[in-house]
Order: sequence, then C-alpha cells, then structure tokens
Amino acid sequence: MRVTIPSPLLSYTQRRDVTATGGTLAEVLRDLDRQYPGIRFRMVDEQDRIRPHMRVFLDRDETRDLAARLDAARTLHIVQALSGG
Amino acid sequence: MATRSPALLVATRKGAFIMKADTARRGWKIGAPIMLGQIAHHLVQDPRDPRVILFSSRTGHLGPTMHRSNDRGRTWKESGRPPAFPKAAAGRKAEVLDHTFWLTPGHASEPGVWYGGSAPQGLFRSEDGGDTWDPVSGLNDHPEYSQWMGAQENGTPDGPKLHSVIVDPRDRNHLYVAMSSGGVHESLDRGATWKALVKGLDVVAGFPADKLYVHDPHCIRICPSNPDRLYQQNHCGIYRLDRPGEEWVRIGRAMPAKIGDVGFPMVVHPRNDKVCWVFPMDGSTVWPRTAIAGKPASYTTRNAGRSWQRLDKGFPARDAWWTVKRQAMCGDARDPVGLYVGTTSGEIWASRDEGANWRCIARHLPEIYALECAEL
Repeated sequence: MRVTIPSPLLSYTQRRDVTATGGTLAEVLRDLDRQYPGIRFRMVDEQDRIRPHMRVFLDRDETRDLAARLDAARTLHIVQALSGG
Repeated sequence: MATRSPALLVATRKGAFIMKADTARRGWKIGAPIMLGQIAHHLVQDPRDPRVILFSSRTGHLGPTMHRSNDRGRTWKESGRPPAFPKAAAGRKAEVLDHTFWLTPGHASEPGVWYGGSAPQGLFRSEDGGDTWDPVSGLNDHPEYSQWMGAQENGTPDGPKLHSVIVDPRDRNHLYVAMSSGGVHESLDRGATWKALVKGLDVVAGFPADKLYVHDPHCIRICPSNPDRLYQQNHCGIYRLDRPGEEWVRIGRAMPAKIGDVGFPMVVHPRNDKVCWVFPMDGSTVWPRTAIAGKPASYTTRNAGRSWQRLDKGFPARDAWWTVKRQAMCGDARDPVGLYVGTTSGEIWASRDEGANWRCIARHLPEIYALECAEL
C-alpha cells in the first residue's frame, strides 16, 4: 500500500511516498522497518505504543491501534506534530 | 602514528558539534552542526579505538536512538538496535526509554563493550561497539528497582536518569553507577548484583536518608591515577570516597560558606588523585542553579578536599547567569590539564592551565548538555 512519510523521517526513506505491505498496521510498520531499518522505533516505543506526537491516518481515518486491519487500496499517512521550540 | 589534535565533542539541545584546536590549544575551530535539530545527549570517543565515536540522541517527538562514527566524526551510522526496555509482561510496569543520557566505554580488555545510562533510570550494555544494546537485567529488573528510583516526581526536572557509569580500570567486573534519583550503586559481577553506596551522603533536610530514592548524586568520577578514590558532586554537597571504605566524606564543608558546595559537574585530574574541580551553582531558596551572584567560577582542591581555591580569572566578573550541567565540564589528559566548561547559554570556556586562566572559545551555540574531550 502507499505510505506517506513526514519530514522528520525522510532521513530514513529519502522520499515522501513509499510502499509497504501487510494486513495490519503492525505488519506495515514492520515492513517499513525491514526496508528502512530503525524507522519503526522512532515512531513506536518498546511497549508497542505509537509515540505521543505521531499520528497515523488511513486516508482520513485516524488509528492508534497496531492491530487495525488495513485496506491496501487506501493510503497510510504517517504524520508528526512539530510542536516545540 | 599521526599526531592528533585536541578536540571537544559538544552535545547540545539542537545537535552536536566538534571543535578542534592546534596542539597548543590556543586556536579553536568549530565544525558544522551534526544532525542539526536532534537533541544530542552525549558524544564519547572510544579510547580503545579512537576512530570510533558514539552519539546518543533523540528529537522532541521521535524515539531515542544512537549513532556511531568509525571515522572520527566524519560519517555516522545508526545503531541496529538502540537501547530500549523490554516489552513488559501483562500486569508489569511498562518502561519506555526517553533517551540514553550517559555513555561509557567498557573495560580496555573488552573492545566493543559500551555502557549506556538512560532516562528513566536504566543500564544498558552493548557488546558490539554500540550497534545493538541489551538491558542489564541485574539492575533494571532488580526487585527493589521501584524503591530505589521512586516515582517520576522524584527525578530531576529533565527526567530521572542513570549516569556516572564507571568501569574500574583494574577490573572489568567492577562497576559503579549513580542515579538522580536513586543513589550510588556498586557491582562486583559486571552488573548481575548491586549494593548501594550511600553511607555518609546527606539528603535534603526532612527526607529519610535511608530511602534510596531521596539520594541525588549529580556526578561521580573515579581517579585514573588511583581507582580506589572517587569524587562526587551531589545535590547535597561535594564528597570523596576512598575504597575499600564505604563512607563518603563531605569535603565540600571546606568550601567558602557564601559559595557552598552545590553544583552539577565533577572533574578529576588524570594524574593526581588529590586534585579535582567543581563548578558551584546557586542552591539557595528555590534553587536558581545559576552561577552564584552572577559571577561564574570553578573551584579546585589540590589536597583531596582539605581546602579549595577559586578559579575565576577570565570569566565574566558580573551579570553572567548561566548554568553548567553535570556532563558539561571536562578535562583533557595533557600537561598541564586543559579544562572546558559548556554553558546553558551556549558558550564554551577553556583553560590551558588547570583553571588558572579562562577564555571563551565558542559562543552562540544552543544550550550545551555535554562536553567530552577527544583527540581527533
């Protein structure tokens, strides 16, 4: 499926649009990590929770559930808040 | 072997920098930012293979990570498995690593071994030069862990942390660590079991000194010339410990009363176990933690703490309200020893003569978290 990458993670993928496979959000993120080693731990902590400022949308529907089923015809948008100073 | 240049590895809130000097340590040049925008916590050169530097970082929102350079800081590669707590079993406390705060190379006989101290408090070890890391279960899973560390609110304002990881140069199995909060601990079996070493340490008045979570060591250093001697800057004073003794002696009592003995960093002399340096800060009222009266100064003892001398020549004489964090003061191994201070206001001050004279060698940097001497 198509996955869009936020700018703080472009150092891993070098491009904003990538593809990854998997039937669930967990599987897609693992496939992303296989392709771009290290990217998953920047987004998901060791307790398998999406980090607080990361947002994941399936088209326009947000999910924080790694077990969520994904439809490969849709686009997974990984978005990161840039609050701070 | 090529002559190497004195260098400083600078970790800041907005990235890392490397400064290099001529061999006389007169002229310093700063390089371009490394990973600008990443929060750099610690960069340390490997004394066993000086080409190697480890770099612990995170960003405001991405998880923590680690990078390694094999070419003295020119290029960097991310660790394959950075430090992380284990996935918690159901019903157990689920720890999440915020960042690796402290890096220590392992024993000279163990090339490739590194230790990392984390926030929240945890100890991690790498056996492959920092590429993959595992928790040191003997500490992180200790049955008294929660009693040592207390709750989040017992930690420092930047988060509770494990720091001052020390490997005895005579014995790779002999480790010390310190925790803010959590006290000082010693292991004789490479981290499998631990014993607290807090006898003689004061705590904030009114708190129970027998509870480890109220102990707040800020920085501990072992003397390279005498590994039986340690110096400590604590939240509640400056101390010396001579092993095999187990009771810290508050040598900060000899500091001038109007200065006191509160501070963050501790630096020891590489060849003389009677000499160390501290950088006192204002611990009065609500603890501003700034230079006392706006007049920065280091203090040194040259007799193991019986007396102290003020070293302020070259520092601003007034109106300087910065802080020196616990990792932001270091000394090199040259003769005379070079001393370096990084400030929360983004300045680096250097002395080529063991603190007698200071001058500013960098300014306008982001807030400085850590400084380490290197030879590059």
